[in-house]
Amino acid sequence: MSLLEADAAAVTPLPRQSTGKRLADRAFWVVLFVSFGVAVVGLVALLWYVFDTGWPAFGGRLWRRFPSLDPEIAGARSAVFGTIWVLGITAALAVPIGIGAAVYLEEFASHDRWYTRWIALNIQNLAGVPSIVYGILGLAFIARGPLGLGPTVLTGGMILALLVLPIVIIASREAIRAVPPSIRDGSLALGATRLQTVRRQLLPAAIPGIATGVILALSRAIGEAAPLIMIGAFTYVPFNPTRLDSKFTVLPIQIFDWIGRPQEGFTQLAAAACILLLIILLFMNALAIWLRNRYQQRW
Amino acid sequence: MIGILFLCAALSVVVTIGIVLSLIPPTVEFFQEVDLGEFLTGTEWAPLFTPPKFGVLPIVAGTLVVTVCAIAIALPFGLGTAVFLSEYARPRIRKWLKPMIEVLAGIPTVVYGYFALKFVSPYVQDLWPIGDPPGVFNALSAGLVMGIMILPMVASLSEDALAAVPAGLREGAYALGSSKFEVASRVSVPAALSGIVAAFVLAVSRAVGETMIVLIAAGGTPNLTWNPGEAMQTMTAFIAAAGTGDLSQGSTGYQTIFAVGSLLFVVTFFMNVFSNRVVRRFREVYE
Amino acid sequence: MVSMESPDLGHGDPVRSAPPADIVLTREMQAESVPGAPEPDTRQVVFDIRGLDVHYGPVLAVAEVDLAVAAREITALIGPSGCGKSTFLRCLNRMNDLIPGARVSGSVLYHGLELYGPQIDPVEVRRRIGMVFQKPNPFPKSIYDNVAFGPRVNGQRRGLDDLVEHALARAALWDEVKDKLKKSALALSGGQQQRLCIARALAVEPDVVLMDEPCSALDPIASSRIEDLMVELKRDYTIVIVTHNMQQAARVSDRTAFFTAEIRESGARVGVLVEYDQTETIFTSPSDPRTEGYITGRFG
Repeated sequence: MSLLEADAAAVTPLPRQSTGKRLADRAFWVVLFVSFGVAVVGLVALLWYVFDTGWPAFGGRLWRRFPSLDPEIAGARSAVFGTIWVLGITAALAVPIGIGAAVYLEEFASHDRWYTRWIALNIQNLAGVPSIVYGILGLAFIARGPLGLGPTVLTGGMILALLVLPIVIIASREAIRAVPPSIRDGSLALGATRLQTVRRQLLPAAIPGIATGVILALSRAIGEAAPLIMIGAFTYVPFNPTRLDSKFTVLPIQIFDWIGRPQEGFTQLAAAACILLLIILLFMNALAIWLRNRYQQRW
Repeated sequence: MIGILFLCAALSVVVTIGIVLSLIPPTVEFFQEVDLGEFLTGTEWAPLFTPPKFGVLPIVAGTLVVTVCAIAIALPFGLGTAVFLSEYARPRIRKWLKPMIEVLAGIPTVVYGYFALKFVSPYVQDLWPIGDPPGVFNALSAGLVMGIMILPMVASLSEDALAAVPAGLREGAYALGSSKFEVASRVSVPAALSGIVAAFVLAVSRAVGETMIVLIAAGGTPNLTWNPGEAMQTMTAFIAAAGTGDLSQGSTGYQTIFAVGSLLFVVTFFMNVFSNRVVRRFREVYE
Repeated sequence: MVSMESPDLGHGDPVRSAPPADIVLTREMQAESVPGAPEPDTRQVVFDIRGLDVHYGPVLAVAEVDLAVAAREITALIGPSGCGKSTFLRCLNRMNDLIPGARVSGSVLYHGLELYGPQIDPVEVRRRIGMVFQKPNPFPKSIYDNVAFGPRVNGQRRGLDDLVEHALARAALWDEVKDKLKKSALALSGGQQQRLCIARALAVEPDVVLMDEPCSALDPIASSRIEDLMVELKRDYTIVIVTHNMQQAARVSDRTAFFTAEIRESGARVGVLVEYDQTETIFTSPSDPRTEGYITGRFG
C-alpha cells in the first residue's frame, strides 16, 4: 500500500471538468429535452383538444345519420361509407399494382439498365409530390378530360391509389429484399422457375412486411382531403355510394365542411368526426405494428 | 406475366408523365393569355375577378411566410428531438418512441387544420405582442401547427441519419475526453449532416405542398405581406379553392390552377430530387 | 463465489492472479526492451485492479479480476473470443459507462485514485487514458482536424499547429501526411488511419494508451509498423493492448494477462483472468494448464 500511496502523491489528481464544459453539457441536455418536450406537448395538446371538444358529440349518430343543415341531427353516415368505398377502390388498385411493380424491380429488372434506375428514382420522387398535384392530375385526366369519369367514388379511389402507390412499392420492395437469398436460391436450385419462386417462396415470406406497408399507405389515403376536393367531391351528400359512379364524400371532407360552418354544433361535430378518424387510424396502425412484431422474422 | 409486372412498374413513370402532361398544355395556354413577366412580378393576385390580376407574388409570399413559420418550429425542435433520441435515450425507449412518432406523423391534416383554427388561433390573437391583434384566420397559426405536423418527420429522418453514423466515431470522440455535447455537436451531427439536410429539405417541400391546414386556418385572401399575423392565401390553398369552384374548362381562370400547379410541382420536385440525391450519397459514405 | 466453480473444470485450486505486490521487474528485461533508454521508474503502478466484476444487465460478463499494470510497459491481454478482455480494457477508461446497463463493481485504482469513485468525472478519465480501437475510426474531417479534435475539446486554442505536428511525428505519420493535412482523413490507407487514431489519442497528452486489437483490421506490414510504434511509445506512455495475435503479444509486450471464458454451473459464460506474468514466462513456462493449452494452440 505504501507504494501506491507514494504514486498517488506523485501524480496530479484528476481534476473535474472545467465549469464551462460541464455547464455547456448541462445546457445542451436542457435544450434537447425542451425540443423533445415541444414535440410531445404539441401533439398531446392536439389530441387532448380534439378529444375534449369532440367527445360530447361523439357517438353512433356519426355513422347512423346522414348530414343535415341542423347540427343537432347531423351525422356523417355518407362520409363513413364514402371513405370505405374509396379506400376499397384504392386498395384494389394500389395493392396488386404496387406489389407487381415491387416484384418486377426486385426480381426481374436488371439493375444496371438505365430505365430500371430511372423507374426507381421516379418512384422515390413521386412519393414527395404534394397531394394537391395528384388532385390536379385527377381533375385534368380522370374527372374531366380523357377519362371524364366525373366526381365519382371511382375517380376518388383512382387518385388516392396513384397517390399511395409509391408508398406501397417502396414498402413491398423492402419486404422482398429482406427475404434472404438462401430461400430464393434454394427454390431455384430445386428446379422452380423464377415466377414459381416468387409466388411460392418470396411473396409468402414477404407478406407481413408488405401488409404493414399497405396498411400504412391506406392510413395515408384515409386522411387525404385535398386531392378529392380538387376533383369536386361534394361536401353535402345525403346518401351512400352504391355504384362506382356514385357521387361521394369522405370523412376528411365532411370535417372540412363542418369546420367552415359558423354554428357551434358543427364545430363539435367536426371534432367528433376527427376522433372517429383518429380511432380508425389508431386501429390500422396498431394492426400494422402487431403484424410487424408478430411475423417479424429474424433470418 | 413478367410483361404485366413490368407494366406495373412502368405505371409510376406514366403517372409522372401524366402529371407533367396535365400541367403543361393549360399552363402554355395560360401564358398565351398572361404575360410571364406579369405573372412572376405582379403584386396583385385576383385571377377570378373582373378585371383579373395575375401577379403570383402574393400567394408565393403566403406560401413562404407559412413555410418559414413551420420550419422555425420543425427544424430546431425536430433536430433537438432527433439528437435527444439518438444520443441520450436508451435503446429500449427509442424502440418505443420511434414508432409512436411515426404514428403521430400520420394524423390527417384536416385534424391539424381544425386544431390550428380553433385552438391555436385564439392564443395567437390573445398573445399577439404588438399592434392590432390578428384575425381568426392568420398565417401564423397555420404555420405553427404545420411546424408541429412536420416536426415528427424531421425528427424521424434526422434520427435515421444520426443512427447511421458508425458507433466507432462516437466512441473515438468519447475516448478523447469529449462530453456528450461535444460528441453530438462536433462528431455525430456533422457526420450525419447531409442526411439531416435532406430531412430539412424534405420538410420544406412538405410544408410548401401542404394544403388542408392553410386552407382551413390561414384564410383565403391573397395578401402580399411579410406579417404572419395577417390572413394569407398560399399556392396550394388557391389551387384547392379554385378547384372547388365550378370553373369552366378552358377558361383562363381554370388554366390558372394549372399554372400555379406547375410552379408548385417544379419547386417541390426539385427539392425532393435534391433531398433524395443527398440521402443516397450519404448512405454510400457509411455503407 | 469460489465454491460456485464447477469441480470438473478444476485444475486444482482456482487460479489466483498475480497480486500487485508481485510487480518486480528485472532491470535486465527493461534494458533489453528499450536499449539505450534512460532508466524509467519501472516500479510505478498505474492501475491496480481488485475484484473487478462487470455486468451487462443481469449477465455477469467478467468476474473477479485482480491485476496491476506498471508504468511505461506494454501489458498485453490475450485470450479466446468472448473471454472479456475487451470488456475489461474498457473498464480502465470508463468506456463501459456508455453502454446502457453495464455495471462495474470492485476497485480500479489509477495512481491510487479510485476511478469509479463519486468524485471522478468519466470525461476527465478518458482524457487521461486514451484509447485506440479495433477498427480505425477517424472522424470524417481533415487529418489536421482529427488530431486537433482532442485538444480543442479540452479547451486549447493556441499552439495547435505544433501540437498536431508533434503528435503526428510521435505516431510516425508526419512525413507521410505533412503535405496534405487539410485533406480528408478518410482518404488515408487503413494503416495510416490507425496511426492517425494513435496520433489523435496522443495529442491530448494522455498518461495511458489503451489499444483494443489495434492491428486486427490491418495487413501484416501495417501491423508491424504499429508494433514498432508501440515499442517506441512505451518510453513515455503506459500501454495496455488487447490482441488476438499471440505472436504480437510475445513480440511487443512486457507482461501478458491470459483471460478465458469459464462456463459456470448456470451455463453462463464468464470471463476470468487465468494467469498474469511476465510475457516470457507466460509464453515459455506458464503455470496454468489452460494458458499452456491456449499458447500451444489447444484452445482451452
